[in-house]
Amino acid sequence: MTSRPDRPLSPHLGIYTWGPHMLVSILHRITGAGLTLAGLAILTWWLMALSGDKEGYELFAFAAGHPVGLVILFGLVWAFWQHLFSGLRHLVLDIGAGYELKTNKFWAVMTIIAAAVMTLVTFFLFMGGVE
Amino acid sequence: MSRGKSATPLAKVRGLGASGHGGEHWLAERFTSVALVLLSIWLVAALLMLPDLSQSTLTNFLSRPLGAVPMALFVITAFLHGLHGLKVVVDDYVHEEGNRIASHYFLTMAAIAGASLSLFALASIAFGA
Repeated sequence: MTSRPDRPLSPHLGIYTWGPHMLVSILHRITGAGLTLAGLAILTWWLMALSGDKEGYELFAFAAGHPVGLVILFGLVWAFWQHLFSGLRHLVLDIGAGYELKTNKFWAVMTIIAAAVMTLVTFFLFMGGVE
Repeated sequence: MSRGKSATPLAKVRGLGASGHGGEHWLAERFTSVALVLLSIWLVAALLMLPDLSQSTLTNFLSRPLGAVPMALFVITAFLHGLHGLKVVVDDYVHEEGNRIASHYFLTMAAIAGASLSLFALASIAFGA
């Protein structure tokens, strides 16, 4: 992709009024990158630890139960639900539906609310299971 | 592939584009996303239904077909979808062609390495090595 400065440019981000649809759009990208880079690395570590000896899995379990590990896992659980709900919204947008301003804003806000609720539900269910 | 007058925008770009793959990459990202909705919710639900998350409970779960097979599918689909997504991010922010190709190459190698390690670990759990 070579840069062609003579080509007309679309209006830059700065001229638009900030709205929930823009937040959800960038959150989809950030959570997707986070899930891939951190989530898949942890998934690989988890499976390798499970396949290995007792000490290896104890190290993983210690890291996962450590406050820092819990914060990272909590973040990944939120990123998972946010990416799932905003991804479902994207699939609807991909078929050409949901672009009406009110509808678009409503479902953008709903993905944030649904992700927050499901994050808390999932995390408390897991914490309950550990104890 | 038909590209007649009634072709949708997607139909028009299929088979085209700088890579010669046109819309296929875009479509593959959507196909894997739909599969991941099912597989990832299965993973969360399955982990929640286990009595605990100890090594013995988890390896026992992953050594059965209904644990190992969806997990293998999840690993493959998640790495594919993650690779597709990160490549799109690179395409948006890395404008110099050489750097863009190098970034794609690095991401592809990392995804193959991660998926291979995960699948080998899963296989050794499933077959009790």
